[in-house]
Amino acid sequence: MTPELHSFPRLAPGCRLNEKTQQPRTLLMPERALRLNGPSLEIVERCDGQHTVEQIIVDLQKIYSKAEPHKVEQDILGYLTLLQKERALDFAL
Amino acid sequence: MTSTIPNPLSLIAELTHRCPLHCVYCSNPLELQSRTKELTTEVWSRVFKEAAEAGVLQADFTGGEPLARPDIVELVRAARSAGLYVNLITSGLPLDEAKLAALVDAGLDHIQLSFQGAREETANEISGTKSHAQKLRVLDWLKRHRVAVTLNFVIHRRNIDQLEEMLAFAGSSCATRIEFANVQYYGWAFANRENLLPTRVQLDQSLTLIKREQERLQGRIRVEYVVPDYYAKYPKPCMGGWGRKLMLITPNGDALPCHAAQVIPGLTFENVMDRSLCEIWEQSATFQKFRGEAWMQEPCKTCDRRELDFGGCRCQALLLARDAAATDPVCSLSPLHSKVDAILAGINTATSAQIFAQPSWLYRPNPV
Repeated sequence: MTPELHSFPRLAPGCRLNEKTQQPRTLLMPERALRLNGPSLEIVERCDGQHTVEQIIVDLQKIYSKAEPHKVEQDILGYLTLLQKERALDFAL
Repeated sequence: MTSTIPNPLSLIAELTHRCPLHCVYCSNPLELQSRTKELTTEVWSRVFKEAAEAGVLQADFTGGEPLARPDIVELVRAARSAGLYVNLITSGLPLDEAKLAALVDAGLDHIQLSFQGAREETANEISGTKSHAQKLRVLDWLKRHRVAVTLNFVIHRRNIDQLEEMLAFAGSSCATRIEFANVQYYGWAFANRENLLPTRVQLDQSLTLIKREQERLQGRIRVEYVVPDYYAKYPKPCMGGWGRKLMLITPNGDALPCHAAQVIPGLTFENVMDRSLCEIWEQSATFQKFRGEAWMQEPCKTCDRRELDFGGCRCQALLLARDAAATDPVCSLSPLHSKVDAILAGINTATSAQIFAQPSWLYRPNPV
Protein backbone atom coordinates (compact mmCIF):
# COMPACT_ATOMS: atom_id res chain seq x y z
CA MET A 1 0.00 0.00 0.00
CA THR A 2 1.22 3.51 -0.85
CA PRO A 3 1.55 6.00 2.01
CA GLU A 4 -1.17 8.65 2.17
CA LEU A 5 0.25 12.05 1.07
CA HIS A 6 -1.30 13.95 3.97
CA SER A 7 -0.23 11.49 6.68
CA PHE A 8 2.62 12.19 9.10
CA PRO A 9 5.19 9.38 9.12
CA ARG A 10 7.00 8.83 12.42
CA LEU A 11 9.57 6.25 13.45
CA ALA A 12 7.85 3.33 15.19
CA PRO A 13 8.60 2.47 18.83
CA GLY A 14 12.01 0.85 19.11
CA CYS A 15 13.32 2.53 15.95
CA ARG A 16 15.67 5.50 16.07
CA LEU A 17 18.55 7.16 14.29
CA ASN A 18 21.93 6.87 15.93
CA GLU A 19 23.48 10.12 17.19
CA LYS A 20 24.64 12.82 14.76
CA THR A 21 28.20 12.30 15.99
CA GLN A 22 28.17 8.62 15.03
CA GLN A 23 29.21 7.64 11.52
CA PRO A 24 27.86 6.19 9.38
CA ARG A 25 24.35 7.39 10.21
CA THR A 26 22.21 4.33 10.85
CA LEU A 27 18.56 3.58 11.48
CA LEU A 28 18.52 1.25 14.49
CA MET A 29 15.63 -1.21 14.76
CA PRO A 30 14.90 -4.33 16.82
CA GLU A 31 17.49 -6.91 15.68
CA ARG A 32 18.25 -4.92 12.52
CA ALA A 33 20.02 -1.82 11.36
CA LEU A 34 19.94 0.12 8.12
CA ARG A 35 22.86 2.26 6.96
CA LEU A 36 21.63 5.59 5.62
CA ASN A 37 23.22 8.02 3.22
CA GLY A 38 22.17 11.00 1.10
CA PRO A 39 18.47 10.82 0.24
CA SER A 40 17.63 7.93 2.62
CA LEU A 41 19.00 9.96 5.55
CA GLU A 42 17.15 13.10 4.38
CA ILE A 43 13.91 11.10 4.33
CA VAL A 44 14.34 9.34 7.69
CA GLU A 45 15.35 12.60 9.43
CA ARG A 46 11.97 14.00 8.37
CA CYS A 47 9.98 11.01 9.65
CA ASP A 48 9.41 12.82 12.94
CA GLY A 49 5.63 13.12 13.04
CA GLN A 50 5.95 16.82 12.07
CA HIS A 51 6.28 16.47 8.28
CA THR A 52 3.62 15.07 5.95
CA VAL A 53 4.64 12.71 3.19
CA GLU A 54 3.91 15.55 0.78
CA GLN A 55 6.22 17.96 2.64
CA ILE A 56 9.01 15.40 2.57
CA ILE A 57 8.57 15.10 -1.18
CA VAL A 58 8.64 18.88 -1.68
CA ASP A 59 11.75 19.22 0.53
CA LEU A 60 13.65 16.54 -1.33
CA GLN A 61 12.64 17.87 -4.72
CA LYS A 62 14.30 21.14 -3.65
CA ILE A 63 17.44 19.42 -2.35
CA TYR A 64 17.71 17.22 -5.45
CA SER A 65 16.55 19.88 -7.90
CA LYS A 66 18.54 18.38 -10.76
CA ALA A 67 16.58 15.13 -10.56
CA GLU A 68 13.25 14.68 -12.29
CA PRO A 69 10.56 15.66 -9.69
CA HIS A 70 8.25 12.74 -10.48
CA LYS A 71 11.15 10.31 -10.10
CA VAL A 72 12.00 11.82 -6.68
CA GLU A 73 8.38 11.39 -5.58
CA GLN A 74 8.26 7.77 -6.73
CA ASP A 75 11.56 6.98 -4.98
CA ILE A 76 10.36 8.50 -1.71
CA LEU A 77 7.03 6.64 -1.79
CA GLY A 78 8.90 3.43 -2.54
CA TYR A 79 11.31 3.97 0.33
CA LEU A 80 8.55 4.83 2.82
CA THR A 81 6.67 1.68 1.77
CA LEU A 82 9.81 -0.36 2.36
CA LEU A 83 10.26 1.13 5.84
CA GLN A 84 6.61 0.46 6.60
CA LYS A 85 7.05 -3.19 5.63
CA GLU A 86 10.04 -3.33 7.96
CA ARG A 87 7.65 -2.06 10.64
CA ALA A 88 9.87 0.98 11.12
CA LEU A 89 7.16 3.63 10.55
CA ASP A 90 3.78 4.64 11.88
CA PHE A 91 1.60 7.00 9.84
CA ALA A 92 -0.59 9.46 11.76
CA LEU A 93 -3.42 11.33 10.01
CA MET B 1 43.52 -14.53 7.54
CA THR B 2 43.16 -11.43 5.40
CA SER B 3 43.32 -7.94 6.89
CA THR B 4 39.70 -7.26 5.96
CA ILE B 5 38.01 -8.60 9.07
CA PRO B 6 34.45 -7.29 9.20
CA ASN B 7 33.60 -5.46 12.41
CA PRO B 8 31.17 -7.00 14.89
CA LEU B 9 27.64 -5.55 14.73
CA SER B 10 26.05 -7.07 17.81
CA LEU B 11 27.25 -7.73 21.32
CA ILE B 12 25.39 -10.42 23.20
CA ALA B 13 25.90 -9.60 26.86
CA GLU B 14 25.13 -12.67 28.95
CA LEU B 15 24.96 -10.71 32.19
CA THR B 16 24.26 -13.63 34.51
CA HIS B 17 23.30 -17.28 34.42
CA ARG B 18 20.89 -16.84 37.33
CA CYS B 19 17.27 -17.23 36.26
CA PRO B 20 13.89 -17.79 37.92
CA LEU B 21 12.90 -20.07 35.00
CA HIS B 22 14.19 -23.57 34.30
CA CYS B 23 13.34 -23.93 30.60
CA VAL B 24 14.03 -27.31 29.08
CA TYR B 25 15.57 -25.73 25.95
CA CYS B 26 17.69 -23.05 27.64
CA SER B 27 20.57 -21.85 25.42
CA ASN B 28 22.94 -21.52 28.36
CA PRO B 29 25.73 -24.11 28.59
CA LEU B 30 25.18 -27.19 30.74
CA GLU B 31 27.92 -25.88 33.02
CA LEU B 32 26.51 -22.64 34.43
CA GLN B 33 28.74 -19.88 35.80
CA SER B 34 28.26 -18.84 39.42
CA ARG B 35 27.29 -15.39 40.69
CA THR B 36 30.62 -14.86 42.41
CA LYS B 37 32.44 -14.87 39.06
CA GLU B 38 30.16 -12.31 37.34
CA LEU B 39 31.75 -9.16 35.87
CA THR B 40 31.29 -5.91 37.80
CA THR B 41 29.34 -2.87 36.59
CA GLU B 42 32.62 -1.10 35.82
CA VAL B 43 33.98 -3.86 33.63
CA TRP B 44 30.73 -4.18 31.68
CA SER B 45 30.72 -0.40 31.17
CA ARG B 46 34.21 -0.58 29.69
CA VAL B 47 33.17 -3.50 27.48
CA PHE B 48 30.25 -1.46 26.07
CA LYS B 49 32.59 1.43 25.20
CA GLU B 50 35.06 -0.92 23.54
CA ALA B 51 32.23 -2.56 21.63
CA ALA B 52 30.96 0.77 20.28
CA GLU B 53 34.52 1.70 19.28
CA ALA B 54 34.85 -1.62 17.44
CA GLY B 55 31.73 -0.79 15.40
CA VAL B 56 29.06 -2.67 17.35
CA LEU B 57 25.60 -1.12 16.92
CA GLN B 58 23.43 -3.17 19.24
CA ALA B 59 23.76 -4.71 22.68
CA ASP B 60 21.48 -7.60 23.56
CA PHE B 61 21.21 -7.98 27.31
CA THR B 62 20.46 -11.57 28.11
CA GLY B 63 21.21 -14.24 30.69
CA GLY B 64 19.93 -16.21 32.46
CA GLU B 65 17.62 -13.44 33.48
CA PRO B 66 19.39 -10.08 33.02
CA LEU B 67 17.01 -8.45 35.52
CA ALA B 68 18.60 -10.64 38.20
CA ARG B 69 21.48 -8.15 38.13
CA PRO B 70 20.84 -5.48 40.79
CA ASP B 71 22.79 -2.98 38.63
CA ILE B 72 20.69 -3.54 35.51
CA VAL B 73 19.58 0.12 35.27
CA GLU B 74 23.20 1.30 35.44
CA LEU B 75 24.21 -1.23 32.81
CA VAL B 76 21.48 -0.02 30.43
CA ARG B 77 22.59 3.58 30.98
CA ALA B 78 26.24 2.67 30.37
CA ALA B 79 25.50 0.83 27.11
CA ARG B 80 23.21 3.56 25.83
CA SER B 81 25.67 6.34 26.63
CA ALA B 82 28.39 4.35 24.86
CA GLY B 83 26.18 4.78 21.78
CA LEU B 84 24.62 1.32 21.58
CA TYR B 85 21.01 0.32 20.88
CA VAL B 86 19.96 -1.53 24.01
CA ASN B 87 17.73 -4.58 23.81
CA LEU B 88 16.66 -6.43 26.95
CA ILE B 89 15.80 -10.10 26.51
CA THR B 90 13.79 -11.07 29.56
CA SER B 91 11.21 -13.38 31.06
CA GLY B 92 9.73 -10.31 32.77
CA LEU B 93 9.50 -12.20 36.05
CA PRO B 94 11.60 -9.93 38.31
CA LEU B 95 10.11 -6.77 36.73
CA ASP B 96 7.85 -4.25 38.44
CA GLU B 97 6.48 -1.02 37.04
CA ALA B 98 8.95 1.26 38.85
CA LYS B 99 11.90 -0.78 37.57
CA LEU B 100 10.54 -0.60 34.04
CA ALA B 101 10.21 3.20 34.26
CA ALA B 102 13.82 3.42 35.48
CA LEU B 103 15.04 1.23 32.61
CA VAL B 104 13.23 3.39 30.05
CA ASP B 105 14.65 6.52 31.64
CA ALA B 106 18.16 5.01 31.40
CA GLY B 107 17.72 4.63 27.64
CA LEU B 108 16.36 1.14 27.07
CA ASP B 109 15.39 0.87 23.38
CA HIS B 110 13.49 -2.38 23.17
CA ILE B 111 12.29 -5.34 25.19
CA GLN B 112 12.09 -8.88 23.98
CA LEU B 113 9.63 -10.62 26.28
CA SER B 114 9.78 -14.40 26.23
CA PHE B 115 6.66 -16.54 26.37
CA GLN B 116 6.64 -20.28 26.84
CA GLY B 117 3.16 -20.72 25.35
CA ALA B 118 -0.21 -19.03 24.87
CA ARG B 119 -1.79 -21.23 27.54
CA GLU B 120 -0.91 -21.11 31.17
CA GLU B 121 -0.49 -24.88 31.67
CA THR B 122 1.94 -25.37 28.75
CA ALA B 123 3.91 -22.27 29.67
CA ASN B 124 4.25 -23.27 33.29
CA GLU B 125 5.27 -26.83 32.46
CA ILE B 126 7.99 -25.78 30.02
CA SER B 127 9.46 -23.10 32.26
CA GLY B 128 9.23 -25.28 35.36
CA THR B 129 7.68 -22.40 37.29
CA LYS B 130 4.49 -20.32 37.45
CA SER B 131 5.24 -17.41 35.20
CA HIS B 132 2.40 -16.73 32.80
CA ALA B 133 0.25 -14.37 34.92
CA GLN B 134 3.20 -12.07 35.65
CA LYS B 135 3.99 -11.83 31.91
CA LEU B 136 0.47 -10.56 31.29
CA ARG B 137 0.99 -7.81 33.89
CA VAL B 138 4.30 -6.89 32.24
CA LEU B 139 2.55 -6.47 28.89
CA ASP B 140 0.18 -3.95 30.47
CA TRP B 141 3.07 -1.90 31.86
CA LEU B 142 4.92 -2.00 28.55
CA LYS B 143 1.87 -0.57 26.84
CA ARG B 144 1.47 2.16 29.46
CA HIS B 145 5.14 3.19 29.15
CA ARG B 146 5.09 2.95 25.34
CA VAL B 147 8.04 0.56 25.22
CA ALA B 148 8.85 -1.16 21.93
CA VAL B 149 8.29 -4.85 22.44
CA THR B 150 8.87 -8.09 20.60
CA LEU B 151 7.10 -11.16 21.91
CA ASN B 152 9.33 -14.16 21.66
CA PHE B 153 7.82 -17.63 21.60
CA VAL B 154 10.19 -20.56 21.58
CA ILE B 155 8.48 -23.22 19.47
CA HIS B 156 8.58 -27.00 19.80
CA ARG B 157 6.39 -30.07 19.53
CA ARG B 158 4.28 -29.22 22.57
CA ASN B 159 3.27 -25.71 21.55
CA ILE B 160 3.66 -25.55 17.76
CA ASP B 161 -0.06 -26.32 17.41
CA GLN B 162 -0.87 -23.17 19.42
CA LEU B 163 0.57 -20.65 16.92
CA GLU B 164 -2.85 -19.26 16.08
CA GLU B 165 -3.61 -18.63 19.75
CA MET B 166 -0.19 -17.02 20.20
CA LEU B 167 -0.85 -14.71 17.24
CA ALA B 168 -4.26 -13.72 18.59
CA PHE B 169 -2.68 -13.08 21.96
CA ALA B 170 0.09 -10.98 20.40
CA GLY B 171 -2.41 -9.08 18.25
CA SER B 172 -4.24 -7.92 21.35
CA SER B 173 -1.00 -6.71 22.96
CA CYS B 174 1.16 -3.67 22.19
CA ALA B 175 3.82 -5.74 20.39
CA THR B 176 4.98 -4.59 16.95
CA ARG B 177 6.99 -7.71 16.36
CA ILE B 178 6.59 -11.42 17.12
CA GLU B 179 9.37 -13.89 16.87
CA PHE B 180 8.53 -17.57 16.69
CA ALA B 181 11.84 -19.31 17.08
CA ASN B 182 11.89 -23.07 16.84
CA VAL B 183 14.20 -24.62 19.39
CA GLN B 184 17.78 -25.00 18.21
CA TYR B 185 19.31 -28.19 19.52
CA TYR B 186 22.30 -27.39 21.72
CA GLY B 187 22.86 -27.59 25.45
CA TRP B 188 19.67 -28.25 27.40
CA ALA B 189 17.60 -28.51 24.23
CA PHE B 190 19.96 -31.16 22.84
CA ALA B 191 19.46 -33.17 26.03
CA ASN B 192 15.65 -32.83 25.69
CA ARG B 193 15.50 -33.15 21.90
CA GLU B 194 13.50 -36.40 21.84
CA ASN B 195 10.61 -34.56 23.47
CA LEU B 196 10.91 -31.22 21.69
CA LEU B 197 11.39 -31.82 17.95
CA PRO B 198 8.11 -31.22 16.09
CA THR B 199 6.79 -33.68 13.52
CA ARG B 200 6.93 -33.00 9.79
CA VAL B 201 3.13 -32.61 9.71
CA GLN B 202 3.23 -30.06 12.51
CA LEU B 203 5.99 -28.11 10.79
CA ASP B 204 4.20 -28.01 7.42
CA GLN B 205 0.99 -26.80 9.02
CA SER B 206 2.87 -24.10 10.89
CA LEU B 207 4.56 -22.86 7.71
CA THR B 208 1.22 -22.44 5.92
CA LEU B 209 -0.26 -20.59 8.87
CA ILE B 210 2.72 -18.26 9.29
CA LYS B 211 2.77 -17.29 5.63
CA ARG B 212 -0.92 -16.37 5.74
CA GLU B 213 -0.56 -14.39 8.96
CA GLN B 214 2.56 -12.54 7.76
CA GLU B 215 0.53 -11.21 4.85
CA ARG B 216 -2.49 -10.36 6.99
CA LEU B 217 -0.46 -8.48 9.60
CA GLN B 218 1.95 -6.68 7.26
CA GLY B 219 2.66 -3.09 8.31
CA ARG B 220 1.12 -3.72 11.76
CA ILE B 221 3.05 -6.59 13.31
CA ARG B 222 6.20 -8.05 11.88
CA VAL B 223 6.12 -11.83 12.20
CA GLU B 224 9.42 -13.72 12.12
CA TYR B 225 9.59 -17.49 11.95
CA VAL B 226 12.76 -19.47 12.54
CA VAL B 227 12.35 -23.07 11.35
CA PRO B 228 14.03 -26.02 13.06
CA ASP B 229 17.10 -26.57 10.93
CA TYR B 230 16.90 -30.38 11.25
CA TYR B 231 14.10 -30.11 8.65
CA ALA B 232 15.85 -27.60 6.39
CA LYS B 233 17.51 -28.46 3.08
CA TYR B 234 20.49 -26.24 3.82
CA PRO B 235 21.93 -25.16 7.18
CA LYS B 236 21.44 -21.74 8.73
CA PRO B 237 24.28 -19.21 8.49
CA CYS B 238 24.90 -19.68 12.20
CA MET B 239 25.58 -16.34 13.95
CA GLY B 240 25.89 -14.84 10.45
CA GLY B 241 29.17 -16.74 10.14
CA TRP B 242 31.75 -17.46 12.85
CA GLY B 243 33.46 -14.23 13.94
CA ARG B 244 31.72 -12.17 11.28
CA LYS B 245 28.91 -10.30 13.02
CA LEU B 246 28.40 -11.26 16.64
CA MET B 247 30.32 -11.56 19.81
CA LEU B 248 29.03 -13.08 23.04
CA ILE B 249 30.41 -12.25 26.46
CA THR B 250 29.63 -14.76 29.23
CA PRO B 251 28.85 -13.66 32.81
CA ASN B 252 32.53 -14.00 33.81
CA GLY B 253 33.85 -12.16 30.74
CA ASP B 254 34.83 -14.93 28.35
CA ALA B 255 34.43 -13.84 24.71
CA LEU B 256 32.68 -16.42 22.54
CA PRO B 257 31.81 -16.48 18.83
CA CYS B 258 28.44 -18.11 19.72
CA HIS B 259 26.32 -19.35 22.65
CA ALA B 260 27.40 -22.95 22.42
CA ALA B 261 31.08 -22.62 21.43
CA GLN B 262 32.26 -24.09 24.73
CA VAL B 263 31.19 -27.56 23.56
CA ILE B 264 33.98 -27.54 20.97
CA PRO B 265 37.07 -29.22 22.44
CA GLY B 266 40.43 -27.50 22.12
CA LEU B 267 39.15 -23.93 21.96
CA THR B 268 40.35 -21.43 24.55
CA PHE B 269 38.34 -18.33 25.25
CA GLU B 270 40.01 -15.05 26.01
CA ASN B 271 38.56 -12.89 28.74
CA VAL B 272 37.69 -9.19 28.62
CA MET B 273 39.57 -8.78 31.91
CA ASP B 274 42.81 -9.56 30.06
CA ARG B 275 42.43 -7.98 26.61
CA SER B 276 40.28 -5.40 24.86
CA LEU B 277 37.22 -6.53 22.95
CA CYS B 278 38.70 -5.31 19.70
CA GLU B 279 41.94 -7.26 20.16
CA ILE B 280 40.01 -10.41 20.99
CA TRP B 281 37.78 -9.99 17.93
CA GLU B 282 40.67 -9.42 15.56
CA GLN B 283 43.44 -11.56 17.00
CA SER B 284 42.22 -14.36 19.23
CA ALA B 285 42.84 -17.83 17.84
CA THR B 286 39.29 -18.88 18.65
CA PHE B 287 37.66 -16.09 16.62
CA GLN B 288 40.06 -16.85 13.74
CA LYS B 289 39.46 -20.59 13.90
CA PHE B 290 36.40 -20.83 11.64
CA ARG B 291 36.49 -17.37 10.10
CA GLY B 292 36.72 -17.26 6.32
CA GLU B 293 36.99 -20.50 4.34
CA ALA B 294 40.43 -21.98 4.97
CA TRP B 295 39.10 -24.44 7.59
CA MET B 296 36.38 -25.87 5.36
CA GLN B 297 36.20 -29.48 4.26
CA GLU B 298 34.35 -30.94 1.28
CA PRO B 299 31.57 -30.53 0.33
CA CYS B 300 31.65 -26.97 1.78
CA LYS B 301 35.06 -26.12 0.37
CA THR B 302 33.88 -26.02 -3.23
CA CYS B 303 30.17 -25.41 -2.60
CA ASP B 304 28.43 -22.43 -4.24
CA ARG B 305 26.57 -21.78 -1.00
CA ARG B 306 29.65 -21.45 1.23
CA GLU B 307 29.35 -17.65 1.38
CA LEU B 308 25.64 -17.89 2.17
CA ASP B 309 25.66 -20.31 5.08
CA PHE B 310 29.39 -20.58 5.93
CA GLY B 311 29.05 -24.35 6.30
CA GLY B 312 26.28 -24.05 8.91
CA CYS B 313 26.83 -24.31 12.61
CA ARG B 314 30.18 -25.43 14.05
CA CYS B 315 28.68 -26.55 17.34
CA GLN B 316 26.03 -28.60 15.59
CA ALA B 317 28.76 -30.20 13.45
CA LEU B 318 30.54 -31.14 16.66
CA LEU B 319 27.39 -32.49 18.32
CA LEU B 320 26.19 -34.53 15.32
CA ALA B 321 29.38 -35.33 13.36
CA ARG B 322 31.86 -35.24 16.27
CA ASP B 323 33.98 -32.85 14.17
CA ALA B 324 33.55 -29.08 14.49
CA ALA B 325 35.10 -28.48 11.04
CA ALA B 326 32.71 -30.84 9.24
CA THR B 327 29.81 -29.69 7.09
CA ASP B 328 26.84 -29.16 9.40
CA PRO B 329 25.02 -32.52 9.14
CA VAL B 330 21.63 -30.82 8.81
CA CYS B 331 22.77 -29.85 5.28
CA SER B 332 21.31 -32.21 2.68
CA LEU B 333 24.75 -32.21 1.01
CA SER B 334 26.53 -33.47 4.13
CA PRO B 335 27.89 -37.03 3.90
CA LEU B 336 26.50 -37.51 7.42
CA HIS B 337 23.03 -36.19 6.67
CA SER B 338 21.59 -39.69 7.20
CA LYS B 339 22.15 -39.16 10.95
CA VAL B 340 19.64 -36.31 10.89
CA ASP B 341 17.25 -38.30 8.70
CA ALA B 342 17.37 -41.14 11.23
CA ILE B 343 16.52 -38.76 14.10
CA LEU B 344 13.58 -37.34 12.12
CA ALA B 345 12.40 -40.80 11.03
CA GLY B 346 12.25 -41.85 14.68
CA ILE B 347 9.86 -39.01 15.41
CA ASN B 348 7.79 -39.11 12.23
CA THR B 349 7.07 -42.85 12.37
CA ALA B 350 6.11 -42.87 16.05
CA THR B 351 2.46 -42.98 17.08
CA SER B 352 0.74 -39.90 18.38
CA ALA B 353 0.52 -41.52 21.83
CA GLN B 354 4.29 -42.00 21.85
CA ILE B 355 4.95 -38.51 20.55
CA PHE B 356 2.86 -36.82 23.20
CA ALA B 357 3.57 -39.13 26.15
CA GLN B 358 4.45 -37.25 29.30
CA PRO B 359 8.22 -36.71 29.09
CA SER B 360 10.67 -36.74 31.94
CA TRP B 361 12.28 -33.37 31.30
CA LEU B 362 15.80 -32.44 32.17
CA TYR B 363 15.19 -29.00 33.69
CA ARG B 364 17.91 -26.39 33.72
CA PRO B 365 18.88 -25.68 37.36
CA ASN B 366 20.26 -22.47 38.81
CA PRO B 367 24.02 -21.94 39.10
CA VAL B 368 25.48 -22.57 42.56
